[in-house]
Amino acid sequence: MDPVILARVQFAMTVMFHFLFPTLTIGLGLLIAVFETLRWRTGDPLWDRTALFWTRIFGLTFVMGVATGVVLEFEFGTNWARYAAFVGDLFGAPLAAEGLFAFFLESTFLGVLLFGRDRVSSRLRWLAAVLVALGSTLSAFWIIVADSWMQTPAGFEIAGGRAWLTDFWAAVFNPSTLQRFAHTVVATWVAGAFLVIGISAFYLLRRRSRDVALASIRVALALALAGIVLVFVTGDQSARQVAYTQAAKFAAMQGLYSTTAGAPLVLWSLPPAQDPSAAARAPEIVVTRLLSLLAFGNVTATVRGLSEFPAADWPPVALTFLAYHNMVILGTLMLLEVLVLAVLVWRGTLESHRGWLTAFLWSIPIPVVAIQLGWFTAEVGRQPWIVYGVLRTESGVSPNVTALDLGISLALFAAAYLVIAWLWLALVRREVLRGPGEA
Amino acid sequence: MDLPTIWFVLVALLLIGYAVLDGFDLGAGILHLLVARDDAERRAVIASIAPVWDGNEVWLITAGGALFAAFPLVYATVFSGFYLALILVLLGLIFRAISLEVRDKDDSAGWRRTWDVLFSVSSLVPSLLFGVAVGNVLQGLPLEADGTYRGGLLGLLGPLPLLTGVLALAMFVMQGGAWLALKTEGEVRRRARVAAAAGAAAFAGVWLLVTIAALAVPDPRDLALGPVGLAAPLVVAAALAAFFWAVSRGRDGTAFAASSLAIAGLLAIAALALYPDVLPATDAARSLTVENAASSELTLRTMLVVALVGMPLVLFYTLFVYARFRGRVSAGGAAY
Repeated sequence: MDPVILARVQFAMTVMFHFLFPTLTIGLGLLIAVFETLRWRTGDPLWDRTALFWTRIFGLTFVMGVATGVVLEFEFGTNWARYAAFVGDLFGAPLAAEGLFAFFLESTFLGVLLFGRDRVSSRLRWLAAVLVALGSTLSAFWIIVADSWMQTPAGFEIAGGRAWLTDFWAAVFNPSTLQRFAHTVVATWVAGAFLVIGISAFYLLRRRSRDVALASIRVALALALAGIVLVFVTGDQSARQVAYTQAAKFAAMQGLYSTTAGAPLVLWSLPPAQDPSAAARAPEIVVTRLLSLLAFGNVTATVRGLSEFPAADWPPVALTFLAYHNMVILGTLMLLEVLVLAVLVWRGTLESHRGWLTAFLWSIPIPVVAIQLGWFTAEVGRQPWIVYGVLRTESGVSPNVTALDLGISLALFAAAYLVIAWLWLALVRREVLRGPGEA
Repeated sequence: MDLPTIWFVLVALLLIGYAVLDGFDLGAGILHLLVARDDAERRAVIASIAPVWDGNEVWLITAGGALFAAFPLVYATVFSGFYLALILVLLGLIFRAISLEVRDKDDSAGWRRTWDVLFSVSSLVPSLLFGVAVGNVLQGLPLEADGTYRGGLLGLLGPLPLLTGVLALAMFVMQGGAWLALKTEGEVRRRARVAAAAGAAAFAGVWLLVTIAALAVPDPRDLALGPVGLAAPLVVAAALAAFFWAVSRGRDGTAFAASSLAIAGLLAIAALALYPDVLPATDAARSLTVENAASSELTLRTMLVVALVGMPLVLFYTLFVYARFRGRVSAGGAAY
């Protein structure tokens, strides 16, 4: 098999599987910081039990993220050696900064939070929770700096076949860094909140640990509300940024083949074809002119279609389109769910709506899936480039890693990740069944 | 000192930090089945490293990031060249983390036995391979004209690299044993002292062999090392002597400090032997040096500012947290 495909499959698998865990811990860490603040300020044992319980779930999830994350720090060198040599002057710096400013902070203070209960003061325990949350958010910042540079490279020049840094701040705050960081972080708030809401709903369904469940839901609902509103605000900004900086990706996301003035927004359609001659599509639901309005603030604005670009520069159109549209559909679904939850909590009738409680329990994976689809849109939509418009993906692989090497590593990682997925599910289930205990 | 040399030193310091700190929890893992015989003793071994192993591993991750930032060509050449070996190291680190995390989550004997064995194996394999990797780098790689290494996994298992692999194992056994002697009580402490002394004896013997093997190959750079190059081996020898003295007197703290110093000294010898190469090649024209493999001056200068801001903070809270967790763990341990 083609080593480039195998290397891409391995990177996609390792990064997507790893990111399942930070998706949950960034938002959950923030909630734990809030629970710890309430515990520290009020001294109420309810907040103590609440914080302790969620910290146990957090610890399990965080370690799975650490175990699967180490791979990524080295994978640019093992599998993408030519890419690493090409971009090293720019790309290594954010990874080193992530280690120095984020990984040390979160892992050191997680140790205090998990094991230091009887060794540190109440205030230090609170501080540890805050620093763990800060560390995981900083980590998201630096890795998105690195990834955004691959999307919208800035602050560099090419000389002697390599990219060289010319302006550090322009590279760090390249055109997509802030929008993508904001969109990712608020999405993880929703994911963490849905986890807490879902597990709490389970307790309300089982009529146990009612006090912890209700207290957790109140705080998580506030974060979910803020998060889902900001997901749409930052998603809109991100999409507009893509329209301006990555026109071919934007066209693939929207399934737009011909450059159109007053382009319609496709809400739903069958997946578009890669073949430009088959561009005419079967049934679709569109809103006239809305794409032009959303992207460029003007109903008559021209949106560039895929036909403006050589077919060799197109991303996989159907995958990009489907990932993007399904992300938006799931986002809308979550917005509705959060609004329903807000009404039920506000009316005080949540516990009698057992159907909704069941729905919240089974909704735990929805934000996780939506976030994976979002990354899929971003990274598949970047193809065929590894650095957008600068270096092609196939030019980035390690020339000395064979298909056999890749087959072995891919099989080993896949087997290991199956074990890890099973362990995480089984152990979280066990923690949930054990529960926070009654007062 | 010029910027590439400063970064050579900084990456070396990060790796020394990793070897000293993760060295004790890797060593504790290697010794886990030997020095802790029943469940309570094994819980004590795990409890002694549980709050800190994750922070220790960040030294490796940060060293990887710093190598990428400062010497991208070395990062690309070494990691793609050592592909399968590095995949094995990564799988080891994955299963080490998982074993530490899940071992105490179920009390069936089979479950604990499984994770105890996996913890030990996944500590041993990366330790050995770290040593093999350093041996290959010191020996120089047969790089091709396009700058890649294509000798595969078997090509890495030459006599000198295997010897440095054993040296790394001995070094981590010494460090892990010294840590467990310092942190545990009773039988585990007694066995850990014996293991640490055996590790140190093996370390001294294999180090002598490696030195003879290295000196047997004439290399003009050996003469250029100067007084620093002569001082480092003396530091290691003195640290080993202090270690044996401290162990015989039952001074666990001093023994751990001496063991840490010996590790730092040994890696300093390796760094001095390499410099100004970062990755020597058998054909010297293809060697990657601090000059031809380094990032631009702007990147190195920017990253130096980042390191000067970040490292003191890291050292400050790392020391603070270690101080909070000082003292012995009792048998039975602690799980969250």
